[in-house]
Amino acid sequence: MIAYLLRRLGLALVTCVFISILTFVIIRLPPGDFVDAYIANLAASGSTISVEQAAAMRQEYGLDRPAIVQYALWMGRVLEGNFGVSMVWRRPVTEVIGDRLWLTMLVSVSALFLTWIIALPIGIYSAMRQYSFADYIFTTLGFIGLAIPNFLLALILMYLGFRYLGLNVGGLFSAEYLQAPWSLARVWDLMKHLPLPAAVLALAGTAQLIRIMRANLLDELRKPYVVTARAKGLTERHAVLKYPVRAALNPFASSIAYLFPYLVSGSIIVSLVLGLPTVGPLLLQALVAQDMFLAGAIVLLLGVMTVVGTLISDILLMWIDPRIRLGGR
Amino acid sequence: MSATAEARFAEATQLQLTWWRFRRHKLAVASLFVIALFYLIAIFADFLAATDPHATDARRSFIPPQGIHFFDDSGFNPHVYGLRGVRDPRTFQLTYAPDPARKLPVRLFVRGFTYDLFGLIETDIHLFGVVGGRPGESAFLLGTDQLGRDLFSRLMVATRISLVIGLAGVTLSLFLGVLLGGISGLYGGWVDTLIQRLIELLRSVPTIPLWMGLAAALPRTWSVLQVYFAITLIISLIGWTELARVVRGRFLALREEDFVIAAELSGASQGRIIFRHMLPSFASHIIAATSLALPAMIISETSLSFLGLGLRPPAISWGILLQDAQNIQVLANAPWLLMPAIPVTLIILAFNFFGDGLRDAADPYG
Repeated sequence: MIAYLLRRLGLALVTCVFISILTFVIIRLPPGDFVDAYIANLAASGSTISVEQAAAMRQEYGLDRPAIVQYALWMGRVLEGNFGVSMVWRRPVTEVIGDRLWLTMLVSVSALFLTWIIALPIGIYSAMRQYSFADYIFTTLGFIGLAIPNFLLALILMYLGFRYLGLNVGGLFSAEYLQAPWSLARVWDLMKHLPLPAAVLALAGTAQLIRIMRANLLDELRKPYVVTARAKGLTERHAVLKYPVRAALNPFASSIAYLFPYLVSGSIIVSLVLGLPTVGPLLLQALVAQDMFLAGAIVLLLGVMTVVGTLISDILLMWIDPRIRLGGR
Repeated sequence: MSATAEARFAEATQLQLTWWRFRRHKLAVASLFVIALFYLIAIFADFLAATDPHATDARRSFIPPQGIHFFDDSGFNPHVYGLRGVRDPRTFQLTYAPDPARKLPVRLFVRGFTYDLFGLIETDIHLFGVVGGRPGESAFLLGTDQLGRDLFSRLMVATRISLVIGLAGVTLSLFLGVLLGGISGLYGGWVDTLIQRLIELLRSVPTIPLWMGLAAALPRTWSVLQVYFAITLIISLIGWTELARVVRGRFLALREEDFVIAAELSGASQGRIIFRHMLPSFASHIIAATSLALPAMIISETSLSFLGLGLRPPAISWGILLQDAQNIQVLANAPWLLMPAIPVTLIILAFNFFGDGLRDAADPYG
């Protein structure tokens, strides 16, 4: 178990390093370096800096040194919590991001829980009543859920909400709480706004998980031990829920590791449509304005938080599943 | 099974067996027709477009979809009504009202803007169009956008670009997937471990922010064509991991099969074993996996273009069309701009059903 934990931690660490390298590549991809962009930005607002100042800045950020040294310098600053300065906002990146990162995670994690809560019972039901009317309904709904990209679903819901209810269904806060400091009332307001984006995000994942759970449980239900359990007179409820469901849960649970990154990914684009105050709209703005330190920080932080989230869900899984806990495969 | 049917079964090639099994999935066969229809639209996009999809006209912005009336007093005479612009006295917004007094006959194979059929034959014949209308008048089956461009014609052309980009992207990721998955499955050992870790890494990273970053870094000065290729490359980097997993899995399973060992013992070269003996038995698996990977490609392109980071106008794709529908104010006035959502959903469903059916049929002996 310790070995498994260490292996998972090691993998998470490697993933973080990999993400940081990718982020660094993205920051450096646009033509010219940070100082060029900074000068161009200053010029746009009418001020200039001297050649000496530019050279001094280049030296400070190590831009005259090889890429690997630049990466090390950048990583060093990031580990100290210094993500640089946003060019568009003229403020430290951490300040610009503020609460947005946590709200992104909140939306994604809610979507994750929603996915589980919906997919598990429906998957079990569909497998137990295979080819029943409800099974067909769920299968059809599942396929439609898979086929509609979530940003389209968000658009359609926005339109329907506007057209038939006359209200703006987007956002995470009501107007009066938008700028308010955190308080219980604001949290409650957030809770009221959360279900819609979470449901939009959860739909595709739910459809996928229902199919996985249904297929796994169907495989399990055909095994001899289930027949034995039935032959011995266990109630249907007992014969299904106690053993086959637990066995079927394992591949189901391992697919969750891929679900979380997928949800975080989706939250970016859904946030843009629904106008959620997450990092999504900020990232798009930063990328369009080539504000690369801000964009890089967002990509890096999102990546790292996703890895941490996946790690936590893996550890939870280990705790649930004795096969992993006891060191088997 | 009768004797002749049995003989037919015994002599059938792998492909025939797969086809016979595939035919039993009604939904998958129907999906195959839908996919074929979409690709036909892609090939004949310009022919199907009634109006030049790039032509703007400020006097016809936001025209609602026009229905074709097939009959009038004189019998069968397909026509649309001419439009009369009415300015709302309070909001000063221009709205269009059909004018039943002016009928514009709709006919088949009429002349319109010139285009190159298959990129070769210059022609100006279109499937349908109005005859005898004033300049700028046409049948706007799905309405027009803000710049007065015909949504139906744009949708036809967008279908071509979105489908081709999906196909090109999936071809690239198929290449990567088969190469890396094949190496992984064939050689095993540390190469296998390395590639598997790489796949795990790629799958544990949220993709959209990363690809957004890559797409945004493309130089602004690039031509539409260059951006097109770059975006294809970027989205193909998403799809290969799943394909690699499928290929590796098949390689591992087949390596132990008796017929492969027999071929090895008879001294067949490795290339011959792979291409002559192994490839035919998992070709259909690969096609199924490819067809299941295509929807992801199409969604990626649509999402990126929707965000304004993918293809850029004047290129027309589904994502670019949906970009116009991003604003709730615009949508409230012109809900028909959401129409491109339907083909996106339809083709994704079709590829999913087709892939599922094929995956089940891919193992004719199972």
